[in-house]
Amino acid sequence: MADYYLKMEHLAVGYGGKPLIRDINIGIDKGEIVTLIGPNGSGKSTILKSITKQLKLVGGVVVFDQKSIGDMSYKALSTRMAVVLTERMKPELMTCHDIVATGRYPYTGRLGILSREDEEKVEAAMRAVHAEELGGRDFNNISDGQRQRVLLARAICQEPELIILDEPTSFLDIRHKLELLSILRTMAKQKQITVVMSLHEIDLAQKISDKILCVKGEFISHYGRPEEIFEEQTIKELYEIDNGYFDPCFGSIELPKPVGEPRILVLSSCGTGIPVYRRLQKEQVPFAAAILYKNDIDYRLARLLASETVAEEPFREISEESFARAMALIQSCERVIDAGVTVGDCNRRMEELLEAARLAGKLLEA
Amino acid sequence: MQQDFHMENFRRRSRYLLVFLVLTAAFLAITVLNINTGNVDISVSEILRILFKGTENTTEYNIIWKIRLPRILMAAILGGALSLSGFLLQTFFENPIAGPFVLGISSGAKMVVALVMIYFLEKFKVVSSYTLIIAAFIGSLLTIGFILLFSRRIHHMATLLVAGIMVGYICSAVTDFVVTFAEDSDIVNLHGWSQGSFSGMSWNNVAVAAVVVGITVLITFLFSKPIGAYQLGEAYAQSMGVNIKAFRVALILLSSILSACVTAFAGPISFLGIAVPYLIKRCLNTSRPLVVIPGTFLGGAVFCMLCDLIARTAFAPMELNISTVTSIFGAPIVIFMMLKRQKGMQ
Repeated sequence: MADYYLKMEHLAVGYGGKPLIRDINIGIDKGEIVTLIGPNGSGKSTILKSITKQLKLVGGVVVFDQKSIGDMSYKALSTRMAVVLTERMKPELMTCHDIVATGRYPYTGRLGILSREDEEKVEAAMRAVHAEELGGRDFNNISDGQRQRVLLARAICQEPELIILDEPTSFLDIRHKLELLSILRTMAKQKQITVVMSLHEIDLAQKISDKILCVKGEFISHYGRPEEIFEEQTIKELYEIDNGYFDPCFGSIELPKPVGEPRILVLSSCGTGIPVYRRLQKEQVPFAAAILYKNDIDYRLARLLASETVAEEPFREISEESFARAMALIQSCERVIDAGVTVGDCNRRMEELLEAARLAGKLLEA
Repeated sequence: MQQDFHMENFRRRSRYLLVFLVLTAAFLAITVLNINTGNVDISVSEILRILFKGTENTTEYNIIWKIRLPRILMAAILGGALSLSGFLLQTFFENPIAGPFVLGISSGAKMVVALVMIYFLEKFKVVSSYTLIIAAFIGSLLTIGFILLFSRRIHHMATLLVAGIMVGYICSAVTDFVVTFAEDSDIVNLHGWSQGSFSGMSWNNVAVAAVVVGITVLITFLFSKPIGAYQLGEAYAQSMGVNIKAFRVALILLSSILSACVTAFAGPISFLGIAVPYLIKRCLNTSRPLVVIPGTFLGGAVFCMLCDLIARTAFAPMELNISTVTSIFGAPIVIFMMLKRQKGMQ
């Protein structure tokens, strides 16, 4: 733990001296992006507010570049740490340029007048978030996406080594979410700025973060690299989802599968099954999928949505056992849907299945 | 793009300059107008001769030097102080409708001043300006303390204002009660004062007010940087390195001194503290404290002098309360502000 850039040791955070989350022990390296995920009200904001010294620590320490933040003045912190908060800022008669310029506050003199150099930095920050055209607009009359970008520019122009963001992507549409996060990514890598933030979108958290911190009520349930955290079970436990499903591979979430004995069998390969699965799921028709190789994209979704999936190990010939199971399903299901099957050397027996379905008068083309 | 911002800066500065020039011109014009109108009209050339040559002991000389000039200066100083006090309170409460009068702070100050005045007049027959300022200051702090206690529990702004108005009524009631039972000789003094008026100002008053207000305004101006940070909200200000606790205390003290000074000399004056900062911000098209602070002071001075002129001359020889005039001009502005705010929220 000794040489981490930002670390929390036995940190306890909460309001009014009452600990909400206890015993947080994590280390963050310079230039890393660390994302806090967890259900609403789990205390993500409380942790962030404690790091920024908005809240008094209940116990333990936060060490920032070898120094406890408790021993650093707000003034000393202000040139090293910038924040983007969830509270709505309601400034009066201020343009976006003015808002960004407030980031230079710690560097200006007694009366806060910007030098030419400050002005240039403000402009550079506006460019970095692609907000040049917003300069003269009133901050209260821009969209949420623009507002978040302006606030990020404000943080950038404070020239921090550490940026703390509390749910920066809330209220943003998907394009602006991606834009904001990619700006953060670039910043972290190019300027070695450390980013600590909270996100609701676990799929995005997985893709942007170097480390993930799972906050669940009283304690930190997991901390580590996304590939370690994004196990199906971890996410299910963290958010206590029992009716929905999460695919760690793509970070996607699915609605629960229709319950009951399969009424329809879907034969597919190479992704042709996916639209059919989705339609059946929406119609709430329980279905089975066959015969899918485990490296097939159809398999990843069938696993979550189908009542039964007949699967085969990759690049093997279809086994007797799988074939028998699929035949049984053709018998028991009301219909068989041919979603499009690519047949090669290994899965020749798929043709037999299609033929059997046709003979039984159950085959439908998708 | 870069060029645009520089142009923008230039445009802004020109606008600031223009507003300040207009305000200064208005200040001078109203000063002259104020000196030459009244029960005795004095021509401009006469005024200049009296002011700069100083032919003593004529009636005009006495009217100008002993009555009108101190009164005009006092209206200017106190008008500016009150407006600035309003601006500080609005910043503090993050509410454009906050002000010393609305929050009951003026009335609280008035109550303590009335009590102190009666006590001192009875015991020592005199009461100094400083004593009155300190009394008003204590009254202001007591009321603000109460309002703050209240605002901790209730975060709803409208409720806070209602609380302030109620506190104001209670304090006014106590003041009226005390005034009713005061000795005859005090009543004349107290009555005029408790309604708000600039009449009967002495040079001594002017000097005290100028020193107290002057220093406070200067300190406030030096605070314009953290005030600007605070306008973005407490959390952001803190992240910019402002020591919030100390800053909040300073803000309350500064605004209390300013409004206390006004109450001590001229009694409570309504709406000036809300209307002037609002108008000035619109004129300057910014809320940047660096320009809004001097602008508000100057604007308040002009506005208050104008109101005093009207109070003095509209129904001469009868004189109106200063609050009567400021209310007529100020209240519609406040209503307009609320309507606009409502529209902005939708």
